[in-house]
Amino acid sequence: MTQAFIRKVRIEPLYLLFTFFGGLVLLFIIAPLAGMLLQTSFTELTETAIETEVRDSIWLTLWTSMAATLILGVLSVPFAYLLARKSFPFKRLVLALVDIPIVIPHSAAGIAILGIISRDTPLGSAAESMGFHFVGGAAGIMFAMAFVSIPFLINAARDGFAAVPERLEKAAFSLGASPARVFFAVSVPLAWRAIISGFVLMWARGLSEFGAVVVVAYHPIVTPVLIYERFGAFGLPSARPISVVFIGVCLVFFIVIRLLAREPKDAER
Amino acid sequence: MLSVRDLGKDLRDFTMRGVSFDVEDGDYFVLLGASGVGKSVLLELLAGLIMPDEGRVMWDGQDITYQRIQHRRMGLVYQQQALFPHMTVHQNIAFGLRPGKMQPGALRERVAELAENVNVSDLLHRYPGTLSGGESQRVALARTLATRPRCLLLDEPLSSLDAQSRSELQALLRSLHRKGHTVIHVTHEYKEAMALASRVAIMEHGTVTQVGTPSEVFHNPKSEFVARFVGIRNTFEGRLEASADGNCAWSQFVTEGLVFQVLSEASSGTGFLVFRSEDLMVFRSRVDSSEQNCFPGKVVDMAPARLGAELIIDIGVKVAALVTSESMRRLDVECGSDVWVSLNASAARYIEK
Repeated sequence: MTQAFIRKVRIEPLYLLFTFFGGLVLLFIIAPLAGMLLQTSFTELTETAIETEVRDSIWLTLWTSMAATLILGVLSVPFAYLLARKSFPFKRLVLALVDIPIVIPHSAAGIAILGIISRDTPLGSAAESMGFHFVGGAAGIMFAMAFVSIPFLINAARDGFAAVPERLEKAAFSLGASPARVFFAVSVPLAWRAIISGFVLMWARGLSEFGAVVVVAYHPIVTPVLIYERFGAFGLPSARPISVVFIGVCLVFFIVIRLLAREPKDAER
Repeated sequence: MLSVRDLGKDLRDFTMRGVSFDVEDGDYFVLLGASGVGKSVLLELLAGLIMPDEGRVMWDGQDITYQRIQHRRMGLVYQQQALFPHMTVHQNIAFGLRPGKMQPGALRERVAELAENVNVSDLLHRYPGTLSGGESQRVALARTLATRPRCLLLDEPLSSLDAQSRSELQALLRSLHRKGHTVIHVTHEYKEAMALASRVAIMEHGTVTQVGTPSEVFHNPKSEFVARFVGIRNTFEGRLEASADGNCAWSQFVTEGLVFQVLSEASSGTGFLVFRSEDLMVFRSRVDSSEQNCFPGKVVDMAPARLGAELIIDIGVKVAALVTSESMRRLDVECGSDVWVSLNASAARYIEK
């Protein structure tokens, strides 16, 4: 019976090896997170969750990253459409430029951002004169978060638009639709999943940003900086509960967004 | 009337040059050509999706070459999968009616009427992913007809369908034509052209080489390509020897050691001899007829054809002869049988190279 079962399942040694590798990779991801969770008591978690500084930093991190994503998203989605659909001179250069934030060290990105938004720059001084503080303010945090995370949205949306069959857009044009109607009624709805994935990726990347944000604005303090500060001042036991609370909040938000962005079942058929 | 004059377009992988033809109102105009000769590009040029590098497109004398696609009223229907997958059939058909600019009641009524015309009334709440190929094409037609186009541009509308859907859609296209719609239909299937076209244009090497009624094109192919393409099975390359006195139209065509008498006023040179398989007569023994082209041969292959059988006979070259079922019974031939074939000289056509 066992032999018959083995014959039926036909376990290929190579795939067994691949499965073993996969298990190791999953363990590599899960083990630190599970360890952190198991080493944190429920009391520590509740005490941390009601701490004003922690709550303020989580709220600040969430809304700045969300705002940075939404503001830049409005500009990036049409740009991604152009990148997916149109040919223009130096397109490859433009594509490479979009990816630059991914490949440069984030602390260096923070220094670069500081170079254009600090008080002695035209942009910084103009903002200051209007009572708007980039450095040491929420706007600076958003700037830094957006800078390091924007490629994720642009690339995901570009791939999404590229996957929409061009003949659907052509058919819409030939039915008398204007370019705006084709974009909003055909291209965006069909690339919707990829665009939402891009938004979630950009947001996730933004809210987890430490390097660029800490250079631009140590205060007001975002959660990744707070975790680092607690770790430096009080060690692992103090930093761990904040990390668990922050990861928990982020996961809840991601799951909710994924659920909301699910397409109606009919449309998938 | 649509007039196309010297239309040209350079694309990376091919060039279209000097395309000219006219399509009268109410014509069913079939553009016939092998894959990759630029038929779809030509449709997109007519639709206004891409702009030509040279030439003009006129509608009733008005130049529409660079007119915006939204104002052209050319209804383009793609080969497959051009329905919006995120919209129901109803929403697809209503797309061109500008929902929001029409009263909801009037919109519903118009969509219902269009759906009725193409027999998809019971599919209005379905999504395209759940439709068969034939149903999708019907919906795509209804969606295009909604915009009241002055000309329907069909890009291989039957090619991805099974035989049943194909004949149903063919009937629908015929009825649209009867209702007065002007249609330009692109295909690589000669049978579609025969079945539907009131006029046919042959496209090869990025240009239109012959325009006419299906029987004109079929009976008088202007090139070896057309002859092969339209299904003339007997095409032979060889040399024409024009008659010595220069007055007589009798010439000799020599290929593979065989000499055919042909009626041609062309001067001596190389070219192709073409004749249809139904113009070849088959006999079991030599007959004393007026035909000058009589050759002994051996049947090397037989295949059933629509009205009988097609015999492949080796007479030095392999020729195809179409024989009716009745003649087949009378001839009583099988593979290996010795036969005589005869060809009327006036049925053979010489095409200069």
